[in-house]
Amino acid sequence: MSAFGEAFVYLNDPFNWTRTGGILDLLVQHLRISVLAVLLAAVLAVPTGVLLGRSGRGAGAVVVLSNVSRAVPTLALLTVLAVTPLGFSETGTVLALAAFAVPPMLTNTYVGFREVDRDVREAARAMGMGRGQLLTRVEFPLALPLLATGVRTAAVQVVATATLAALVGGGGLGRIINLGFGQQDQGVILAGAVLVAALALLTELLLVLLSAAVTPGPRRWPLHRVRAPRAGEPEPTSSGVPM
Amino acid sequence: MASLGALSAASAPAAPVLAADEAPNPWFDPSYVTDNWDTIVGHLGQHVRLTVGAVLLGALIALPLALLARRTRFLAGPVLGLSSVVYTIPSLAMFAFLAPFTGPLSATTVLIGLTLYTLVVLVRNFLAGLQGVPADVREAARGMGYGPARLFLRVDLPLALPAFMAGLRIATVSTVALVTVGVITGNGGLGQLIIGGFNSNFYRAEIVTGAVGCVLLGLAADVLLAGVERLLTPWTRAVT
Repeated sequence: MSAFGEAFVYLNDPFNWTRTGGILDLLVQHLRISVLAVLLAAVLAVPTGVLLGRSGRGAGAVVVLSNVSRAVPTLALLTVLAVTPLGFSETGTVLALAAFAVPPMLTNTYVGFREVDRDVREAARAMGMGRGQLLTRVEFPLALPLLATGVRTAAVQVVATATLAALVGGGGLGRIINLGFGQQDQGVILAGAVLVAALALLTELLLVLLSAAVTPGPRRWPLHRVRAPRAGEPEPTSSGVPM
Repeated sequence: MASLGALSAASAPAAPVLAADEAPNPWFDPSYVTDNWDTIVGHLGQHVRLTVGAVLLGALIALPLALLARRTRFLAGPVLGLSSVVYTIPSLAMFAFLAPFTGPLSATTVLIGLTLYTLVVLVRNFLAGLQGVPADVREAARGMGYGPARLFLRVDLPLALPAFMAGLRIATVSTVALVTVGVITGNGGLGQLIIGGFNSNFYRAEIVTGAVGCVLLGLAADVLLAGVERLLTPWTRAVT
């Protein structure tokens, strides 16, 4: 039977889904790790991005952080954390994934808050808004599209990279692929690939819809605009690093 | 029999001796690097070959695609949309998709997967660079009698070069990091050291050597390409 046939059979066997350590268990674990990592990264990155963006300082640090993080393999950080006293807990995986989710969120939040029109700020202040009101009623709505893009990019990246935890004894859907390669079973390999890719694409789709729903103002569907990169300036990233 | 005696001594509750206490497992161990130099260089070579191969192949395919997408505007949307779908697929799944066709244990699987990712970065950046070339400059060159080939080589290429190089740098650095995932097929370059150390009873020196090697390789490649860009665009320095 071809690999596709075997993968189809594997995915159609209810036992493969419902047994202990089956697809559903792994899926729940995968999602739990991902959600925790994204939340942790958001708690760190968003306030920092807001602070830096409002003051307009720290552009260099943001650029350096996002460039250096691109050079560090996720697999390396996952492995290093797995051999620390944290060991094989989910904590190690969550920390490693959160570390890579910080740069896209930070960059987008930073750019979002920095690019708020100076005149708009001025006008809001002239209308008698305090600093708190300015933040929540003016700057936040205006920065929201980029903030949402940052969270989406980071979340999709985390869901994608959580797969790699399986290579160093962690859980998640990557286990199926790892198992397939270990057994040289092409059906299982392909079935795992379909599951992981589908989860990543679904996450992307869901978050695109969600960010479009929470963005105030006229509906603008996130079409990918092509922009020329400028050196030394933080630029919003709409697609993360492939992982 | 000495080892048996040691074992029974270890199992006695009075003096618990763990094997981990006796075998030091330092994070940094220069003797590991010197003792295994040939192995490290071998993996490093594969890492470099896979990175260079993927970026070159990606650039060769991306350039015609970007030129096509600029010429026919309605193609730009689908090309970019498709590329963002490719980008979303996790690398492990990408290698798994390719494995049934190219063999689960072959370096070709890794090379093709990495090429697809570099393609995504490069098409975007090449297209951005080409679209940034002012239309009247091209118009003027055409008025001066430039043919399509000369127009591309003498006008488009120099003007779009900063964007091209930015794309190449991003693609190279992220590919260096991604090669490590190729370890699933046994062709992961320095990733072999990371996972190899992990599987050898968590041998930290080997893991750290692989990890630090990857980061240094990525940064070195970035600096190298930045230098090439400076050499190729002398006019950008004259302005400042």
